[in-house]
Amino acid sequence: MPPASDLALLVPELWLAALGLVLLGVDLFVGEQNKRTVGWVAVGGLLLALVPTWGLAGAVHRPGTTVFFGSYAVDGFAVFFKFLAIIATTLVILASMDYFRASGDRQGSTQRFEGEFYTLLVFTGLGLVLMAASADLILVALSIEFVSLTSYVLAAYLKGNPKSNEAGLKYFLFGAAASAVMFYGFSLLYGLTGSTSLYVIAEKVATVPAPALTVSLALMLAGFGFKISMVPFHQWTPDVYEGAPTPVAAFLSVGSKAAGFAVLLRVVAVAIAPSGLDYVTLIAGLSAVSMFVGNLLALPQRNIKRMLAYSSISHAGFILIGVAAFGGAFGNTGLLIYLFAYMFFTLGAFFIAALIEARLGSDDIPDYAGLSQRAPGLAFLMALFMLSLTGIPPTAGFFAKFYIFAAAIERSPALLWLVAVGVVNSVISLYYYVNVIRTMYLLPPQDPARIQEPAVLRTALWVTGAATLLLGLYPQPLITFARAAALLLP
Amino acid sequence: MADFAWTIPFWPALGWLVLGLVGGHLPRRLVAWIGCGTVALAFAAAVAARATFPGEPQERTLFTWIAAGAFSVDAGLLLDRLSIVMVLMVSGVGLLIHIYSVGYMAEDRAYSRYFAYLNLFMASMLLLVMGRNLLVLFVGWELVGLCSYLLIGFWFDRERAANSGRKAFVVNRIGDAAFLIGVLLLWTSLGTLDLRAIGAQAATLGAPVMVTASLLLFTGATGKSAQLPLYTWLPDAMEGPTPVSALIHAATMVTAGVYMIARLFPLFTHPVTVVVVATVGALTAFFAATIALVEWDMKRVMAYSTISQLGYMFLAVGVLAPAAGIFHLTTHAFFKALLFLAAGSVMHAMHNVIDMHMLGGLARPLRYTAGAFIIGGLALAGIPPFSGFFSKDLILERAWEHAVGGGSPVPFILGLVTALVTAVYITRAARYAFFDQSYREPHPHEAPPVMLWPMALLALLSVAGGLLGAQRIGAPLLEFLAPQFAEAAPHEAAPGLFVPVLSILAGVAGVAIGWLGYRDRRDPDLGWVARLFSRHWYLLDLYDGVLVPAAKRVAVLLAGPVDLGVIDRAVNGIGALAVGGARGLRRLQTGYVRQYAAIILVGTILLMAYWATR
Repeated sequence: MPPASDLALLVPELWLAALGLVLLGVDLFVGEQNKRTVGWVAVGGLLLALVPTWGLAGAVHRPGTTVFFGSYAVDGFAVFFKFLAIIATTLVILASMDYFRASGDRQGSTQRFEGEFYTLLVFTGLGLVLMAASADLILVALSIEFVSLTSYVLAAYLKGNPKSNEAGLKYFLFGAAASAVMFYGFSLLYGLTGSTSLYVIAEKVATVPAPALTVSLALMLAGFGFKISMVPFHQWTPDVYEGAPTPVAAFLSVGSKAAGFAVLLRVVAVAIAPSGLDYVTLIAGLSAVSMFVGNLLALPQRNIKRMLAYSSISHAGFILIGVAAFGGAFGNTGLLIYLFAYMFFTLGAFFIAALIEARLGSDDIPDYAGLSQRAPGLAFLMALFMLSLTGIPPTAGFFAKFYIFAAAIERSPALLWLVAVGVVNSVISLYYYVNVIRTMYLLPPQDPARIQEPAVLRTALWVTGAATLLLGLYPQPLITFARAAALLLP
Repeated sequence: MADFAWTIPFWPALGWLVLGLVGGHLPRRLVAWIGCGTVALAFAAAVAARATFPGEPQERTLFTWIAAGAFSVDAGLLLDRLSIVMVLMVSGVGLLIHIYSVGYMAEDRAYSRYFAYLNLFMASMLLLVMGRNLLVLFVGWELVGLCSYLLIGFWFDRERAANSGRKAFVVNRIGDAAFLIGVLLLWTSLGTLDLRAIGAQAATLGAPVMVTASLLLFTGATGKSAQLPLYTWLPDAMEGPTPVSALIHAATMVTAGVYMIARLFPLFTHPVTVVVVATVGALTAFFAATIALVEWDMKRVMAYSTISQLGYMFLAVGVLAPAAGIFHLTTHAFFKALLFLAAGSVMHAMHNVIDMHMLGGLARPLRYTAGAFIIGGLALAGIPPFSGFFSKDLILERAWEHAVGGGSPVPFILGLVTALVTAVYITRAARYAFFDQSYREPHPHEAPPVMLWPMALLALLSVAGGLLGAQRIGAPLLEFLAPQFAEAAPHEAAPGLFVPVLSILAGVAGVAIGWLGYRDRRDPDLGWVARLFSRHWYLLDLYDGVLVPAAKRVAVLLAGPVDLGVIDRAVNGIGALAVGGARGLRRLQTGYVRQYAAIILVGTILLMAYWATR
């Protein structure tokens, strides 16, 4: 048995697990018309989970603090991702409640299973928390599979919709293949070092023959790359985002991606870096390819969800700059800041897409014409999110990009070319992001009817919008927070 | 220092937010209360700042605004002697003009928009004078420029107003560009933008940097404060509502350049800079006064007068007497605001007629307005005991000392001649508007009390404001400012009665000439001199005939061959390249999972191959 004091450091995880179970119970007792109750309980529970997490943020800063015999980290880095996962889950649940209500009549009888949807989201949130904190290869594997399995179900949630089914199945097949490759990498690493603990591996990795280690890393990158939508393991992204319910797509593009980066960074920085293997150039190359492929393919998209999917791939490329710059004065900080800021404006953009889809039954960008007259508030927020995705001040996106570029420049002159690639890609992305703004503001509406904004979704939208603006105008608290969390190595 | 004191700029900002967001839905009375009330709170905070001021400069950091490596800028405020004088003047005069506006704008459709802009201006101006570093000052500097643009073009459905707003913006941009370069130069050479630090370290700069930086900043000041050669926007700015002219284009914003130089005074003490600033100031003072002699639009007379008086202030800082400059800035704010408000009252009564050909004999129906105008005019003409006499005389005394001490005699001579011309043109304006022939309008009505009371208070200040600098009672304002400019030239013994007598003579002679010279209700025939003045000494021909067409030709060239031919084609080419690349990549996204799985395999092998090939 682990000491009781270890359990005290796991209160957020325990709370989330209990919350999921309670939700299952609540779901049994509420009628089909009142499934939103389950959602409200989930939101309340998630907000409460922030309290013990906040307590941990104050108590644990020492990097490398682990519980459960070194298998589970409770350092500042893990706490940072706990916040991120909980906030993202809360916002997605808020957005889903109105999504289902608004699209209920169109999508058929999803209401019966609505409670399960929230429960699955909460469990996925727990999985994300576990992923970011796992310090043992077995736990890494388990938590990644945990998140993947719940995500497959979520993607296929609209049972009556063939596209949703296709998305779930494709996601599952692709994910299974990627996981298989990744586990192969894990097993090689175990075979080479004789341990599954990242910290033990770190001590022995220097003696491992380099070719074997490179094979292992390449195999592992397939799994991590799948989670973060990195080229060439990105191909599931547009198909799944398009078919899955829009809030789920939002969740995947933010939650899974962030946790994937957490795992990637932890494994690479803790276990691989001590070997002296030069992975920076490889990561930089993957980063550049991801940015180019994502952005170029986003250019011709007419479907907003596919466009956002490719945008998500290119953003994975931007965030990889932070991984490449790891070890510099603010590579790690830059990555955390980027992920945190990215969460808000990406969720916001997806939420608006969800609302338009629910109201108009369309995901096509041309149908956004005249949105500025039909729903001025929505159009303004969407414009804000698009500008932030491009990285234009004074939004959070500008600040995130600024920090991650600065990190690369500061890390090494050898990364300057990568920054140049990033800047070029920001320019390319401007085209398709601004196209959305142009459509909303300059083209006449086909149907002048006003679009109603449901109250709960509006809350989620304004939170994301306010955060997007606030983090751009006054980023200092986030910087401080990310700095404290960024110290990863003992 | 009281915490309340630090809230000075936030009250008008709050008013702007409220009025800007929901002002259109509020009743007019409430809009007026919010607009004036927030400024009153700012004034109260300014008074609190003065009352609890401990003597040493106080600073407060709101938050770290930008922290990027070695470059770190705080959004910080500074309250020292200079900024306290400025916030008291700005918020005090601003409050009176806000109250006046309640009556003046009563009939306007966009009542709440007007007060929202006016509040935003107050917040920006107070931020400008309270900013702790050059970047915050620059934010205020640009914001007041924006408000000026918005308020000049307030009646944007009038084409002239819209064009004037744009002109003000564009001309200011020229100065602002130089200002920004100056800021960057100071940052690269000193490594700080903190105003006090720049002042303290200015002496360590090499002469070339010091002169270049100070002249760049000065160029910015000539734009904002409408000095030669960037003065042309201010007369056109009179298209805005008259209270706006009083507040922004007479009392506060246009003095920002003087404030900035006084704030960074040690930077402006290099002999070359001193000569440039003093000469530009003196020339502008004389030049603008001569134009005012032949102008027929009453508000434009005031505008040229403002340019001329601002010239005096630059003259003052140029002869190393910044305290005198700030003193004149303060008295000028009182009497020029008063003159503008009186002119506004005339417009109010005469249904926007402001051409002095059409006025006359208004002293009878508009008793109080006429009284206010005459008080303001006497102050402007420098007749003792009105306030303008004290401050103008102080500047002339310092210019005299400067000349006697080996400096250039030009500032003193031009300053003295300008004093004469000033008295002439203001007497001319008063005579045309208020005396002699009766007005054309059948029943002009005196303004309502809400407009008269602010005028009365400003009249009081115009009369008594000179006491702030009267040596006989210890010159409270100058004493208060003395520690601020400790490094300024040591105070010589007063040069006796010689300069004051000359200055009084100039004022009295000017009034006499003005009164007698225009008794026929027409300008005496000055021949080519009048043409010279009305063509702005042929500067207008230079601008309109040479510079503007040349700039337009360059613009056409850039817009056509360069932009369309080179830049656009390059951009389109890159775009086509990107689209082509996308078309190729798209083929890989087939939708078949079996192919995706194959790509996982290929991708992994490629990753391994990467290391294999190294």
